[in-house]
Amino acid sequence: MNGVHDMGGMHGMGPIAHEANEPVFHHEWEGRAWGLQRAMAPWGRGRWGSTRYELERIPPAEYLRMPYYERWFTVLVNRLLRSDLVTPEELASGKADPSRPKPTLPPPPPRPATPGAARLDLPIRAAFKLGQRVRARNIHPEGHTRLPRYTRGRQGTVVRDNGVFALQDTDVNGQSLGGKPQHVYTIRFAARELWGVRASARDAVYVDLWEDYLERG
Amino acid sequence: MVPGLPDSQQPPDHDHDHDHQAVPSDVALRVKALESLLVEQGMVDPAAIDATVDLYENRVGPRNGARVVARAWVDPAYRKRLLNEATGTAAIAELGYSGAQGEYMIVLENTPKVHNLVVCTLCSCYPWPTLGLPPAWYKSAPYRSRAVIDPRGVLEEFGLELANDVEVRVWDSTAEIRYLVLPERPAGTERMSEEELAALVTRDSMVGVAKVKAPQGAGPA
Repeated sequence: MNGVHDMGGMHGMGPIAHEANEPVFHHEWEGRAWGLQRAMAPWGRGRWGSTRYELERIPPAEYLRMPYYERWFTVLVNRLLRSDLVTPEELASGKADPSRPKPTLPPPPPRPATPGAARLDLPIRAAFKLGQRVRARNIHPEGHTRLPRYTRGRQGTVVRDNGVFALQDTDVNGQSLGGKPQHVYTIRFAARELWGVRASARDAVYVDLWEDYLERG
Repeated sequence: MVPGLPDSQQPPDHDHDHDHQAVPSDVALRVKALESLLVEQGMVDPAAIDATVDLYENRVGPRNGARVVARAWVDPAYRKRLLNEATGTAAIAELGYSGAQGEYMIVLENTPKVHNLVVCTLCSCYPWPTLGLPPAWYKSAPYRSRAVIDPRGVLEEFGLELANDVEVRVWDSTAEIRYLVLPERPAGTERMSEEELAALVTRDSMVGVAKVKAPQGAGPA
């Protein structure tokens, strides 16, 4: 989706705030929220769809306002509500509604609805070879995609074939498009191809892109 | 800032303008309420949350990556395995660092002529087993938006000015590959042990926003 999360090349976000000796978690709630969402993963396995897409669907103004761990917490809350594992009243009070049966962990689905992120040992032919000129396709999927906007329509060179991975793109409900195992390539884009003459002629941006995102350059 | 104290001894500053600004006062309460509810329902074990917090606060972090870098600096055969795309992940695992967000590691070598910088413009992907959870600036809109379009400006903001003849390579880790920068070993460290070298290596140098500095008195920087 063309969301505010797809930030590469945007202006106006301000200076980078580097903090010396930064703690891993700035507040106790950040660690608790992070641990909670990790611990709750079994409740959604094969059902909750793409976490990345859930994060991207936080409304833009909220996304920019929220600290990082609040985004993760928001995703967990949205999923629990949508799955009827908690009610808004329970969330507000922090106490279980005694009139509701205690949720039980559902058995894992017969096969994962979302293909994993692992490299796949599948004999799939690579459409592109090292050194080949390619172009990132000018596509604008409304679901989750890993094709950053700033690369679309731009020409680059294949510098590495990373092997076969399931496509992580989703539909508008965050559900997998079926995996579509394919090669993922590292593409070198000259900085000037992306940003024009303001960029150094020496510099480049390297992006790992699924084969579906590419066409012959 | 506390006047007269070096940066390394400054207390954390939560007032400045970074990704944690404007935290609604109730988010801590909402997290607490959800945790109590899920514990009451038997859906989550608080000890599992404690364990996750402990893991990322105390056991996984940039000290791991620093050991990888120091080993590569002192052991040429290890360095070769580490920089080889086919064996880099295994070379890191040799030192005990593997798992989620470190399954497919590529190590990028910084040299006097090539400077590598890592970002994730779409999310905040980061190599957890070697660097731990990412710092706030790495996850922030300013870094994610600017690293690809103005890497030299970003580096200057971190205090690193690169000559025009240095090639800057920005790696936008939007897929499943995770990147670790192998910084240059500073001059004047020839006599240091692997352990002493590891102590010099910073998280920032392994993301590519800084160089490793020689210790004071170790010769020309």
